[in-house]
Amino acid sequence: MNILRKKSTANLPFSETVIESFIRLCGISSIVFVFGIFFFVFREGAGFLFSGLDLKEFLTSVQWQPTSLNNKRYGAFALIVGTFSVTALAMCLAVPFGLGAAIFVSEFCSSKLRETFKIIIELLAAIPSVVWGFIGLTLMNQLIIAVFKAPIGLTMLNGSIMLALMSVPIIVSIAEDALKAVPDSYREAAEALGATRWQVVYRVLLPAAKNGLLAAVLLGAARSIGETMAVLMATGHSVNIPSGPLSWIRTLTATIAAELGEVARGDEHYQVLFIIGILLFTITFVVNLIADLVIKGIRQE
Amino acid sequence: MQKNDWIASTTISILLLLACSIAIGGCSPKDSESFASKETAQVIKNKGSDTMVNLAQAWAERYVDVTSKASVEVSGGGSGTGVAALINGTVDIANCSRQIRPKELEVATQNTGKAPQEFIVGYDALAVYVHHDAPLDKITISQLAEIYGENGTITLWSHLNITHSDCPSDKIIRISRQSNSGTYFYFREALLGKNRDFRIGSLDLHGSKDVVEVIGRTPCAIGYSGMGYATSHVKMLEVAVDDNSPYYPPTLDNVLAKTYPIARPLYMYSLGEPTGEVKGYLDWILSEEGQKIVEKLGFVPLESN
Repeated sequence: MNILRKKSTANLPFSETVIESFIRLCGISSIVFVFGIFFFVFREGAGFLFSGLDLKEFLTSVQWQPTSLNNKRYGAFALIVGTFSVTALAMCLAVPFGLGAAIFVSEFCSSKLRETFKIIIELLAAIPSVVWGFIGLTLMNQLIIAVFKAPIGLTMLNGSIMLALMSVPIIVSIAEDALKAVPDSYREAAEALGATRWQVVYRVLLPAAKNGLLAAVLLGAARSIGETMAVLMATGHSVNIPSGPLSWIRTLTATIAAELGEVARGDEHYQVLFIIGILLFTITFVVNLIADLVIKGIRQE
Repeated sequence: MQKNDWIASTTISILLLLACSIAIGGCSPKDSESFASKETAQVIKNKGSDTMVNLAQAWAERYVDVTSKASVEVSGGGSGTGVAALINGTVDIANCSRQIRPKELEVATQNTGKAPQEFIVGYDALAVYVHHDAPLDKITISQLAEIYGENGTITLWSHLNITHSDCPSDKIIRISRQSNSGTYFYFREALLGKNRDFRIGSLDLHGSKDVVEVIGRTPCAIGYSGMGYATSHVKMLEVAVDDNSPYYPPTLDNVLAKTYPIARPLYMYSLGEPTGEVKGYLDWILSEEGQKIVEKLGFVPLESN
C-alpha cells in the first residue's frame, strides 16, 4: 500500500502538480503578505524613526500636536495609555462574559441549544465595527449619560463596552474549543468520584484547559488593541490621560485612521503615523506570540 | 527525490505568481478603457470638505435635471482628503473649506502638470454652538482663544462669569474637529493666529453634524461648526472680536457685510483651467440657480453682481 502510494506521487499527472503548486502558493503567500506589510510599514516610518524623532518625547509626552504650524510635537503617551486602558477595561467586561458563555455552551447546554448559541455568537462577530461605533455614538452615549449622570457619554467606558461586545465572540469560540479539547475521561473520572457539575468545571476543566482559555483571552485582547472604527467613534477621540472609566480618550489606531487621509506622503506627520503603526505591530505581535507560546504549552502537556 | 519535487513545485508556484501579476497588470488598463468608452454620460468626480458635502450633494442632485451629458459623484472626507485626491489626479473637482496651501499647490502642479484653479462658490459662517439651555448668548474671539488655545486661562464656565446650573462639574467641554478638516484649521487660525495651537484634551469629532448633535445632548459643551447645521437643540452665539467691539449673530446679512468675524469662503478646485463638462458644472454652480441652493442649505451665496 505504502509503496503504491509512493509510486503514484512520483508520476503525478501534470494537473495535480499544478494544483499542488497552487496550494503551496497560497500557503507561502500569507507569509509573504505579512512580511510585505511589515516591510512597507517599517519603510514608510523608518526615515523619521532613526533620524529626527525624539523617541523619549514620543513615548512619554502627552503633547500630540502634529498639525501645529511652527511647533510640531509628537508625544504619543496619551494615545498609548488610551489604547491600553480601553483594552484593559474591555477585557474586564469581556472575559467573565466570554468564559462564562464558553463554559455554558460547552458544559451545561443541550446539543440543540448549543448549535443555536454558536450561530448567534458568530453572528455577533459578523457585525461591522462601524456599526458598533454608530451604536456607541448614539445609543450607548445617551445610556451612559442617563445611567452615570456623566456630562457626555463618549467615554472610555463606551468604547470598552463596544470592544467587549466585539471580542466576546472570539473568546467564546476559542475558549469553547479549549474546553472541548479536555478529554471526556477527565469529566467521567471526576463525576465518578462524586463531583457536582460545577465542581467538575471549577476543579477539573478550568485547570486542564487553562492555557487554551488564556490564549482565548489574549486573542480577544489583540482584537481589541487593533480595533479602530468603533473606538474612533465611541471614545470621544480626545488626547487625554484618563482619570476613570468616564474620561474620554484617544487610541493609537483611531489616530492613524483619523489623520492618515490628510497628511502629505513622506511628510514627518505621515512617517510618525507609520511609526505608530510599527508600535501597534509590535504590541500585537507580542500579544500573539504570548498566545502562541501558551497554546504550545498545552500541546506539550 | 523529495527535494527535487519541492524545488519543482516551488518554481511553478513562483511562475504562477508571476503569470498572475502580469495578467492583472496587463488587463486592468484595457478594462478601464473599454469601460469608459461605454459610458454615455461623463462622470464628474467631486470630493473633499465635510462642511460642503451636503451642499455638493444638493448641487449634484439638481444637476441631473440640467443636463444628461454629465453626472456628478460626490464624497466627503475632509478638505485635506479632497486636495490629496486632486494631487493624485483621482478627482475632477476638490471641495475645500480653506484655501489650498502653497505647498499643496506646488505638489499638485508637479504631480499632474496642471495648476489647480480656484473658484469661490459661497461663504460659510462658523457658528459657535452651545446647548440650547446654556446661560450664554454671546462670546468674544479673545474668550474663545482662551478656551481653546494652549495655556488658555478659561477652563470653567465660572471663568466666563456665569453659573451653569445644568453643568454641575462647571468644566467647559470643548468640542473640536479632527485635524483633517478645513473647519479645524480655519477656526484655529481665526482664534489663535498661526503661532498658537489648540490645547489638547478637546473631543475631536468626525463631522460637522456630529459636533452639533453632541452639543445638543451635552449641557457643558461648547463647539464650532458651519451655521447650516443648527438644530433646535443648540444655540448659536453672537460673536465679537473683543470686549470693545459689537456682537454680531451669524446671519446671512452679517456675513455678506463682513461684520461677523468668523466667516470664510468655500472653494472648489479643478485641475488646470476647467474644460467641457467640468466647466459647465462649475459655471452652473456660480449661476443664480446654483447659488440659490447655497442659500437653501444655510450657507451664504455670492453677492449677485
